[in-house]
Amino acid sequence: MSATDPSPMKPVPLVTADTRAFWDACAEGALTFQRCAACGHVQFPPRPFCTECRATGPGTERSAGLGTIHSYTIVHRAPTAAFKADTPYVLALVDVDEGFRLMVNLRGCPPSDARIGLRVRVLFEPLAGGGALPQVRPLVE
Amino acid sequence: MTPVISGAADTAVGRLDGSGCMALHAEAASAALADAGLRADEVDGVLCAYSLAEPHLMLSSVFNEYFGIAPSYSAAVQAGGATACALVMQAAALVRAGICRNVLAVCADNRLTGLGRSGAVAALAEVGHPQFERPYGMSIPAAYALVARRCMHEQGVTAEHLAAISVTQRGHARRHPKAQARDPLTMEQALSARMIADPLRLFDCCLVSDGGAALVISAADVAADHTDRAVSILGYGQMNTHEHAFAMPSLTDFGCRQSAAQAFAMAGLTPADIDVAEIYDSFTITLLAELESIGFFPKGEAGPAILDGALELDGVLPCNTHGGLLSYGHSGAAGGMFHIVEAVRQLRGEAEARQVAGAETAFVHGDGGILSAHCSLILGRA
Ligand SMILES: [Zn+2]
Repeated sequence: MSATDPSPMKPVPLVTADTRAFWDACAEGALTFQRCAACGHVQFPPRPFCTECRATGPGTERSAGLGTIHSYTIVHRAPTAAFKADTPYVLALVDVDEGFRLMVNLRGCPPSDARIGLRVRVLFEPLAGGGALPQVRPLVE
Repeated sequence: MTPVISGAADTAVGRLDGSGCMALHAEAASAALADAGLRADEVDGVLCAYSLAEPHLMLSSVFNEYFGIAPSYSAAVQAGGATACALVMQAAALVRAGICRNVLAVCADNRLTGLGRSGAVAALAEVGHPQFERPYGMSIPAAYALVARRCMHEQGVTAEHLAAISVTQRGHARRHPKAQARDPLTMEQALSARMIADPLRLFDCCLVSDGGAALVISAADVAADHTDRAVSILGYGQMNTHEHAFAMPSLTDFGCRQSAAQAFAMAGLTPADIDVAEIYDSFTITLLAELESIGFFPKGEAGPAILDGALELDGVLPCNTHGGLLSYGHSGAAGGMFHIVEAVRQLRGEAEARQVAGAETAFVHGDGGILSAHCSLILGRA
């Protein structure tokens, strides 16, 4: 690992065969997840089988992009130099309404606005080198 | 054949200038073998962990070659902070199956001089998911802060409860001449320290250290020929619920519940029977969440009990009596093994100024990842 020489570049998602369609959808502004046609199980990240009933080929659906903060932290000490300029930033676990969980950063408000139960809407941030990263901002009703 | 812990040892811990990963392995291994009264050529099984400072695909083979032994059984296990306990469980199973007579379990790393604190923080952040966590700047403290925040929300955990853990363990470390962090620590200092990942402050986070530890797990009849200080392995268990923070099935209840239940059932004991506990404390919240998940305290009651001194040497559950990862030291898998070495010393009555009077049963627990992999041990005075 390159631990002793942290890159100034933020890590970009290392796309795999399982996740290429997910990231392609993000680039188009769509958050997707899988629902098993056989048993109805919702899962994320994408896999070629259902972790509940083992059926192959779960279907892909588009999320409405709304969710609720399950927990959060305000990061003051960045893991690598690439994130230092962003501190303090909010890292949150968001329960998306369709029934899966994402780790994201909370954008569009001061870190002090973060709270458990906050309703949020997904947005997409452009990634260096193309593509987009799902993030969230507070949902304004 | 019944397995016992026949030898236990650790090296110095802290900033060990000029130390190397393999030299620390060898020093710990030699000391543990001497403690067991065994020669190196009597070892027929070797279990190692992993190294961040000197990583290798086959660490146990690298160790065997360096140490100059050729054991018939050898493997490296990687389960983060659960590794040391998992090595004992694996060694006990090998002895019980008659595959090995003397298993050397050895862990070491020179994280502080080999990587530095920043390097270690960056290297550990790489355990985050390469697509769904690392692009968001997740550090390991941040992942545990997510747990802490949810425990505060659901169970009334407070910053004071967490600070009381670091202050209590610093008090324990001050009674251990080898501990890395021995300066006095007050509640006020802990509560006003630099914020790392809200709500976790500096003293809520473990140390980064150089150091190593080793254990010898032997068949009881072999051990009886060499030592009268062997420690009984009364029970063990594991549970593995997830790997990544975003995949945690719960942020307040963890696999240690099941791993400990297995170990207690095997030992025929309950948490109330335990005289001393050495439980993984990568962060203060790690220990608090595990104390409640395992059942040492009802949900929401560990924090107030700790403020009342429950984890002191004369408390209801003397815990992390060497100072733990928070104040004794944390050099990777060896960090979890320091907990086992301390339990052995407590059960032998060799813990000097930090001895728990009359300790006959010890509970040891390690967890790896983000409270992902769990292994529990119950040890007893022979
Ligand atoms: Zn299914």
